[in-house]
Amino acid sequence: MTPTTTTLNRRTFLKTASAGAAGLVIAVYLPDISEARVATGPTPSGAFAPNAWIRIGTDDSVTLIIDKSEMGQGVVTSMAMLIAEELECDWKRVRTEFAPAAKEYANPLFGLQGTGGSTSVRAMYAPLLKAGATARAMLIEAAAQKWDVDKSACRAENGTVINDATKARLSFGSLADAAAKLPVPKDVPLKDPKQFHLVGRATKRLDIPDKVNGRAQFGIDVRVPGMLHAVVARCPVFGGKVASFDATKAKAVRGVKSVVQISSGIGVIADNTWSAMEGRRALDIKWDEGARAGLNSANISKYLAERAAQTGAVARKEGDAAAGLAGAAKKIEAVYETPFLAHATMEPMNCTAHVRADGCDVWAPTQFQTFSQNTAARITGLKPEQVNVYTTFLGGGFGRRAEQDFISDAVELSKAAGAPVQVTWSREDDMQHDFYRPASYSQFTAGLDAEGWPVAWTNSIACDSIMSRFFPGSVKNGLDESSVEGCADLAYAIPNILVNYQLSETGVPVGFWRSVGHSQNAFFSECFLDEVAAAGGKDPYELRRRLLAKSPRHLGVVELAGTKAGWGKPLPAGRFRGIAVLNSFGSYVAQVAEVSVNRKEGSVRVHRVVCAVDCGRTVNPDTIAAQMEGAIVFGLTAALSGAITINHGRVEQGNFDDYPVLRMNEMPTVEVHIVPSENAPGGVGEPGTPPIAPAVCNAIFAATGKRIRRLPIRPEDLA
Amino acid sequence: MAISFVLNGKPQSVDVDPEMPLLWVLRDTLTLTGTKFGCGMALCGACTVHIDGEPTRSCITAVSSVAGKKVTTIEGLSADRSHPVQQAWIELDVPQCGYCQSGQIMSACALLAKNRKPSDAQIDDAMAGNICRCGTYQRIRQAIHRAAELHAPPPHKPASQPNARPAAPVTTAELAPGTANPAELVAGGAE
Repeated sequence: MTPTTTTLNRRTFLKTASAGAAGLVIAVYLPDISEARVATGPTPSGAFAPNAWIRIGTDDSVTLIIDKSEMGQGVVTSMAMLIAEELECDWKRVRTEFAPAAKEYANPLFGLQGTGGSTSVRAMYAPLLKAGATARAMLIEAAAQKWDVDKSACRAENGTVINDATKARLSFGSLADAAAKLPVPKDVPLKDPKQFHLVGRATKRLDIPDKVNGRAQFGIDVRVPGMLHAVVARCPVFGGKVASFDATKAKAVRGVKSVVQISSGIGVIADNTWSAMEGRRALDIKWDEGARAGLNSANISKYLAERAAQTGAVARKEGDAAAGLAGAAKKIEAVYETPFLAHATMEPMNCTAHVRADGCDVWAPTQFQTFSQNTAARITGLKPEQVNVYTTFLGGGFGRRAEQDFISDAVELSKAAGAPVQVTWSREDDMQHDFYRPASYSQFTAGLDAEGWPVAWTNSIACDSIMSRFFPGSVKNGLDESSVEGCADLAYAIPNILVNYQLSETGVPVGFWRSVGHSQNAFFSECFLDEVAAAGGKDPYELRRRLLAKSPRHLGVVELAGTKAGWGKPLPAGRFRGIAVLNSFGSYVAQVAEVSVNRKEGSVRVHRVVCAVDCGRTVNPDTIAAQMEGAIVFGLTAALSGAITINHGRVEQGNFDDYPVLRMNEMPTVEVHIVPSENAPGGVGEPGTPPIAPAVCNAIFAATGKRIRRLPIRPEDLA
Repeated sequence: MAISFVLNGKPQSVDVDPEMPLLWVLRDTLTLTGTKFGCGMALCGACTVHIDGEPTRSCITAVSSVAGKKVTTIEGLSADRSHPVQQAWIELDVPQCGYCQSGQIMSACALLAKNRKPSDAQIDDAMAGNICRCGTYQRIRQAIHRAAELHAPPPHKPASQPNARPAAPVTTAELAPGTANPAELVAGGAE
């Protein structure tokens, strides 16, 4: 399938694609990948490359091509496991390479090559099992022909085809040449999952050994002969432009080669990164700050509150919320607010490009290879197929590396310099020129009956729309579903629900941030649900159980987390629990947080988090645990300290001193429990993030009786 | 004028701006890219190296200040990933994206060199300067304890079982009953 993503509604294509995963893509010949530092030669003659993901050499080498970006979520291993499960190769000999940008590697859920939305396993589970099975069938057929027996007499195991009757064995490598000459069979039967020996078993990650000795090559580590290093001075105000500049002093800095103007600002090109940074310090630039120079956080907050008060696009309607409220015995109201957030990946944005007359090489830590290829093609005037994209390891992604601004920097700079150029963003560049998690404002009203059960729920949300920029075709009638996900799809059995969305334009660039709309909307909906519980005199765990009685997977994780956390049982003095649950990216996650609050100091400590996840069939359970652990840390940073604030059109934070993130000494104990499931695989990279903020804030209410209705949690909100 | 120091056990001489931070000399001049740039202000620890054995943020250390000293980077820790900290990191699958891990490992090694059996609180204290956005802190803490065990002098019968692998520790994933065989959880499949 090759849908045009710009015209597809994101949720629709996720549904469509998960219903019928794309068929196996068969490439005639897979061009070899050569990386800047670790160059590999052409495919050896006689090698068996039946499809875009598998290459078996006559020397018994097995190379599996990974077409997803590895940003820590373990895709190198999980993708390889899926192929190897059916291929029956020797797992100990598996090598992996990152795929080039090529149409064969389009993500079936996006229609273009990219990694995001917790889709890797969801998109590739069936295609990769099939790719492995098809290759295995061809190796078996080749062996059967050599032995002149029926293929049913042969089976594959551990990189060898075996004839059990004769005990004859042939290695995959010795069959590669013959298998390569066979037609590719269609509809090869797949294993019953009960027979899996790799998929579903905790498996050590293939990329770890090179991540303990400095060998793993991230984008910033690319070194090509003749490469220059560059940094770019960007207007500190969103949308501002260069009015004029004087590069005299910058050019006098030792190591600086040239100073050039590009679309994002003034680039300083030098023979090392430090000289480029020093050269930038010496630049004299006059900026035209433009129309957004007056932006500040207070005005934005006021604007979003005004938007939320207006009638917007209907995102969810059940029953008659107005009538439900009118007839309610008790009504409660609350407003919630969250700030802009930066991604702050540990590896700052960077890219290396080499523009030539006849082609362009791009080495990049990118989440979207198709976009990177198209970006370079647009700037150079080359055809996309003349642009080679070499994907490196990503030093964190979290959605930031779906953007292409670092790609265009490098391509424009290389074009200007006539040499390979690596652009490196400083931490301040990275934090002040991000595409931020949108600031959001959420208004709630709930009506309760005389017994304290909720009968009506209204919610009005105002925030910037990410999809309006990224996939504009998906925004219809003013509704960006990603802005309301986690609120509009409220799972609780409440008869009257109305959720509205006001598409807003604050002037701050916004983008995908780990778990997207769910990240703030789970905080809103799960905290307000706790308010409903308190107003009705119900236990928050028991209220969830009752209202989720007809949502078995929600209920399953709530009960597992509650049981493992000992909900209702006594805690050490000063400790309190809170719970939250959300379904996102095809998976269900509930978390119970145990906290203590020091009201005098205005501080909160999270001691323990019990996490239950139902993500359907598992590929690598240890990776699922790791993703839950990491997602909880990511969400805790947002809850406890994350805030990007704007003044005079500029981001006020610049580094980890004023944008603090969770550190080792604040790390709670995290326990992850996986629900056994035979449902289709769900995502695991993002679903662990949304529930933690509400779980913590609900625990704070248990401790203090005070509601946290804005993030990050402030000392005065704990007093 | 050239600046000379010992880098990963070998003499090294560089002719660069004496004010250039050691980080960029390592990465750009000497192409030793295992040491990472994260913040440029000694706030995140990604650039941690050892200078005469002390964990040091190379992003704010002028190269001139290491003249005559011994510098060890992640590449110089061991030739074959045999350092107990590297072994423990592999055993527990600590890294996710891996970008901060050179710095984490260098800080952990420096801690264990001084304190062979650190407590959780001592680990928190020594490691609080190293940021990980992937959130691997819990595994780092466990891996430091594991490295301390690997690092400890062998008990009663040294080398009696030269091929015995250390018992793999239990990870955080206490799987719900029936999800998978816990023995397989720790045994792995890619060694």
